[in-house]
Amino acid sequence: MLNSKVASALGGLLAAVPAFAYESSYNMPVGVTPISREVHGLHMLIFWVCVAIAVVVFSAMIYSIWKFRKSKGAVPDQTLTHSTQVEVVWTVIPVLILISMAIPAAKTLVKMEDTRNSELTVKVVGYQWKWQYDYLGKGVAFYSTLSAASNQARQLNSGVDVNQVKDYLLDVDHPLVVPVDTKVRLLLTGNDVIHSWWVPDFAVKKDAIPGFINEAWFKVEKIGRYTGQCAELCGRDHGFMPIVVEVLSKDDFAKWLAAQQEAAKAAAAPAAATTAMTTPAATPAAAL
Amino acid sequence: MAHADSHADDHHDAKPSGIGRWLFATNHKDIGTMYLVFALLMFFLGGLMALLIRLELFKPGLQWFDPQFYNSLVTTHALVMIFGAVMPAFVGLANWMIPMQIGAPDMALPRMNNYSFWILPFAFTLLLSSFATAGGGPGGGWTLYPPLSLQAGTSFPLTIFAIHLMGASSIMGAINVIVTIMNMRAPGMTLLRMPLFVWTWLITAYLLIAVMPVLAGAVTMLLTDHFFGTTFFTAAGGGDPVMFQHIFWFFGHPEVYILILPAFGVVSEIIPTFARKPLFGYDAMVYATASIAFLSFIVWAHHMFTVGMPLAGQMFFMLSTMLIAVPTGVKVFNWTTTMWRGSLSFEPPMLFALSFLFLFTIGGFSGLMLAIAPADFQYQDTYFVVAHFHYVLVPGAVFAIMAGVYYWLPKWTGHMYDMALAKWHFWLSTVSVNVLFFPQHFLGLAGMPRRIPDYSTQFTDWNMVSSVGGFAFGFSQLLFVWVIVKCVRGGEHASDRVWGDAQPHGLEWTLPSPAPYHSFETAPEVK
Repeated sequence: MLNSKVASALGGLLAAVPAFAYESSYNMPVGVTPISREVHGLHMLIFWVCVAIAVVVFSAMIYSIWKFRKSKGAVPDQTLTHSTQVEVVWTVIPVLILISMAIPAAKTLVKMEDTRNSELTVKVVGYQWKWQYDYLGKGVAFYSTLSAASNQARQLNSGVDVNQVKDYLLDVDHPLVVPVDTKVRLLLTGNDVIHSWWVPDFAVKKDAIPGFINEAWFKVEKIGRYTGQCAELCGRDHGFMPIVVEVLSKDDFAKWLAAQQEAAKAAAAPAAATTAMTTPAATPAAAL
Repeated sequence: MAHADSHADDHHDAKPSGIGRWLFATNHKDIGTMYLVFALLMFFLGGLMALLIRLELFKPGLQWFDPQFYNSLVTTHALVMIFGAVMPAFVGLANWMIPMQIGAPDMALPRMNNYSFWILPFAFTLLLSSFATAGGGPGGGWTLYPPLSLQAGTSFPLTIFAIHLMGASSIMGAINVIVTIMNMRAPGMTLLRMPLFVWTWLITAYLLIAVMPVLAGAVTMLLTDHFFGTTFFTAAGGGDPVMFQHIFWFFGHPEVYILILPAFGVVSEIIPTFARKPLFGYDAMVYATASIAFLSFIVWAHHMFTVGMPLAGQMFFMLSTMLIAVPTGVKVFNWTTTMWRGSLSFEPPMLFALSFLFLFTIGGFSGLMLAIAPADFQYQDTYFVVAHFHYVLVPGAVFAIMAGVYYWLPKWTGHMYDMALAKWHFWLSTVSVNVLFFPQHFLGLAGMPRRIPDYSTQFTDWNMVSSVGGFAFGFSQLLFVWVIVKCVRGGEHASDRVWGDAQPHGLEWTLPSPAPYHSFETAPEVK
């Protein structure tokens, strides 16, 4: 179809200059996962389709406003009142354009929903107002809250210049740590109200709902630190429960995980009988 | 025509004087005026809340408000603007114009008309009084999602009852519109000869009757969950918090069109007048409006793509939502073609209608982008959504209301208004509304969530620009009030057809200016 060819050509053109959009203060990030790149491509595709339509429609409007001014002596053509032909044309053409956009969108959607063959599963629980990450079957779980520096600076009239605070509102005490090039599956739920876990660079946004377990996945291709925020209004401190994901090499992740497991065991030993968040609780989940 | 001497007939139903004229009003014009004045008050109240929001967001860090108070501002700004400003403004226009456009003396159910108006001040007093209670105003967002909304304190029952009252008022208004249009049209005015404003309001009224009870059901279930131990929406008791979202948006999406369809009607009246040419594709416009109304019932879950619906559900709601672009496109193309080979002049109503045409279309484009589910995961609950719905509601619905007021004000008052001042109002509004809302697209795409009182520092620049635009837009609206007050007090006498050689079509222009108290005592013949 001509439409989809033109559209994908436009999309390709934009994809060819990712530097233009990356780390932008006015556009969606390209991100660091295969899915996020596809989503960015879709976003740019539909954006340029809209721009193309806008050029045509707005040109017609501006031309009419300019050309058919009464002050220029324009005489109205009272016979131009309807035409079934043009109504059909401007119904059918948009339908074709929509179909050409729906096809790639549907393909991406199918991929996003395919959570099979994940290599690591993390349970994510939203709380008012922090996140909990539980590495299922690994015996590691911890809370992730806004960093002390940000928390101090964000108080009403704190007197702190927030521009001097490192990663203001996008920094936490314990980030989620995951390995690179690994399909990580998230199981999301909420403890009190609905939250939403969003990291723009992964193109993952999924609600964490009490009583529900939602699934999402990502496979990060670039080592680094990625940030996001809770995206569903969850009460007073909704704006202050950021998400930070630290992506390590597979080796570094293995080391980090071993150290965490070590620490968890040490902490659990004296209180093993009363603590629920240690290895025994994780055993059934290992079957997942 | 018979109406010409209708002034002489006033004696058998004399205008009550003083406060009684308004308290016991049964006249469609008086009630219409009250609706419009109430809407204007609420527009400024909701606008004040918006300015407080933009004040806090001017720079990062919390400077003015506790986050919970900020959440209350966000919540009540939405409720006040939707239920207090835009909807009553359109009901006011309907009250004034529907009887005059269909050749009727008044609305069909005048006492219910009075009742439906006088509920509103009580509803909003209840809602706003919650700010004075322990725990402050409602802070869970106008969407009232449980479990969050169930955490509210005293504001909770106040908000629920206020919404019930607003819903009852809307349903009564809608019944009145339908009964009037179905029974009181002048002889010869078949359905497909009705002015577009009447058509769009007829369809809007059916939407209101269909979905307002759904909202009432949803908030009643919230109420019993909170006070009577039910667990409709509480997972721990076997309920389902997502079910609330489905019910809410089954109301909420048609509600969006309730806010915009009458705007389509107003613009469809104005553009042909100032293009001096009949509306292009009248039948197509009617069918497009009906199609949009139908589609509005099957797209609701696009507001909740991130809740974790099955793939098939996401596909369905993505495709059905994209379909809305088709009838909406038809409308835009028809308006454009109405101007084609016309003879255009640019009086204030036309300026606002043209601004609507361009800026509503921009809101339509972002709406189409939001329909694409995989991309929506990135847009959902960000400022991109905020930018989108403000484009369709402010330069969309609100500009259409202003266009309508500027179009019919001389007919209402009998005076022309200060055109130069109205043009100042137009230019200041159109420029500032874009400074206000356009940067919010960038903020959302760059990753700023909505409904947050404070943000990380990379979002500072565009927030500052947006706040400057917000204050400019807010204060520009004082000009609107000035123009109206000046016009009500006096001014050059308006002729019956008001717009000179533009020769507007429609029965309202066959009445004298100002229109007589009882619009058409003898039904005119429509040929």
